[in-house]
Amino acid sequence: MKVLVAIKRVVDFNVKVRVKADNSGVDLANVKMALNPFCEIAVEEAVRLKEQGMASEIVVVSVGPSTAQEQLRTALALGADRAILIEAADDLSSLAVAKLLKALVDKEQPQLVILGKQAIDSDNNQTGQMLAALSGYAQGTFASKVEITGDKLRVTREVDGGLQTVALNLPAIVTTDLRLNEPRYASLPNIMKAKKKPLDTVTPQALGVNTACTVTTLKVEAPASRSAGIKVKSVAELVEKLKNEAKVI
Amino acid sequence: MAILIIAEHEGGAVASATLNTVAAAAQIGGDIHVLVAGSGVGAVAEASAKIAGVAKVLVADNAAYAHQLPENVARLVTAIVVDQQVIYSHVLAPATANGKNILPRVAAALDVDQISEIITVESPDTFKRPIYAGNAIATVQSSAAVKVITVRATGFDAVAAVGGSAHIEQLAAAHDAGLSSFVSEALAKSDRPELTAAKIVVSGGRGMQNGDNFKHLYSLADKLGAGVGASRAAVDAGFVPNDMQVGQTGKIVAPQLYIAVGISGAIQHLAGMKDSKVIVAINKDEEAPIFQVADYGLVADLFEAVPELEQAL
Repeated sequence: MKVLVAIKRVVDFNVKVRVKADNSGVDLANVKMALNPFCEIAVEEAVRLKEQGMASEIVVVSVGPSTAQEQLRTALALGADRAILIEAADDLSSLAVAKLLKALVDKEQPQLVILGKQAIDSDNNQTGQMLAALSGYAQGTFASKVEITGDKLRVTREVDGGLQTVALNLPAIVTTDLRLNEPRYASLPNIMKAKKKPLDTVTPQALGVNTACTVTTLKVEAPASRSAGIKVKSVAELVEKLKNEAKVI
Repeated sequence: MAILIIAEHEGGAVASATLNTVAAAAQIGGDIHVLVAGSGVGAVAEASAKIAGVAKVLVADNAAYAHQLPENVARLVTAIVVDQQVIYSHVLAPATANGKNILPRVAAALDVDQISEIITVESPDTFKRPIYAGNAIATVQSSAAVKVITVRATGFDAVAAVGGSAHIEQLAAAHDAGLSSFVSEALAKSDRPELTAAKIVVSGGRGMQNGDNFKHLYSLADKLGAGVGASRAAVDAGFVPNDMQVGQTGKIVAPQLYIAVGISGAIQHLAGMKDSKVIVAINKDEEAPIFQVADYGLVADLFEAVPELEQAL
């Protein structure tokens, strides 16, 4: 079974981004970039399926600038077999990305596509569901457990009240949540080997996809800041403040 | 102009997030129609008809919509919009696990971009939403014919659950895509208030050391009538289940009082709670970043401070 994993290059989760002075966006110059944490979990899940003998080939794909090759190489070092970069402007909408991935799904015919549930930059949480809709496949979002049983995929999902398990027809789309697995670190020999694995580049035009978007960002501002309050010396003082000053208990 | 809202409901009752979403729709302006999809949802439909400001309730009561399977519910919503018996300018859903699961599937089927987790309505086509874990707020404008939007509940004060008298219309639809089926669910049973609706939330972090120690927080929460949450660190460490996670990729809460216990205050956690009215932090590390957002900080060993706090209430 072929597994396609879609990944995104994003700002490292430890970086506290700053809004540009002209309010046109956030300042990403000289900021550490990384593989989106949920995408890392997606790669790990695919590698585990391969180790269990369930997956035959792992193709990893990213839509982004040429620098996203770094993150694709990381995924190759973690165990993906080959990589495809769909080279496009940074700020495509989730729908445009889903359309590009759909074009690749048509070409590659994977049985399973795994994506992160959300990218930590745009915080959209849309692409996997959109790809499922465009492909006409079932979706198992926010997955904390994935099992292949015959021709079905059993996905346990993190929902608001707890966990929900669904059975999906294959091919299917899965988006990962935090507890699905703990990603491994790439070993040095594997990082070296990854440099020799195939990495192809295609353009949205070559895939015949129009990436126009109906949403325009007018401005980006810093959020209202919250200033530090006071330190209380004792529990008694805290209770007194909450009762008489804040009046919340 | 009319707005279609996908109702969130659970156990035969309208979820509070639906009321916040109706509030957002009221700010956009237009007739508000609420879609109740599910199986055996007559009571939910009647309750929805009483929500202040709702003009019409559409009810799709069919086994295909039980458990909110997105393959089926998205088809239903898409069909209602494409059908054009009513021209919908907006389709809204609360940014709950169900809303996030279903709505992008609707947007893609309609071939429009979705705007996720709005916190402000600037005009019928312009909205504010947090990005980068709330470290930036983007103002976005949509030119789509149908604007598909999820609404962050904490951004909008809930409308009254009663006072309305909407017309209820039964839909005969039964879209079963035949792609997926429900197997089982394991829902946390708790008598405590639901996290996103609680007026007071007590949360624990890595400083709790293990899951068993959360009993101190449960006990405190019960005295306060509070919900109990956790940081991602506590969930990652396996102390508590993920449905308790407050943060960028967990639940977003904005209670009257948020008590952070043994939580250092990573930006991803702050993203989920910094709109709380009053924040209390209890942490033995006086350098912890949580103190930079706390109204009241107490530098103390939580295992002494929490029982003492419970006693003092």
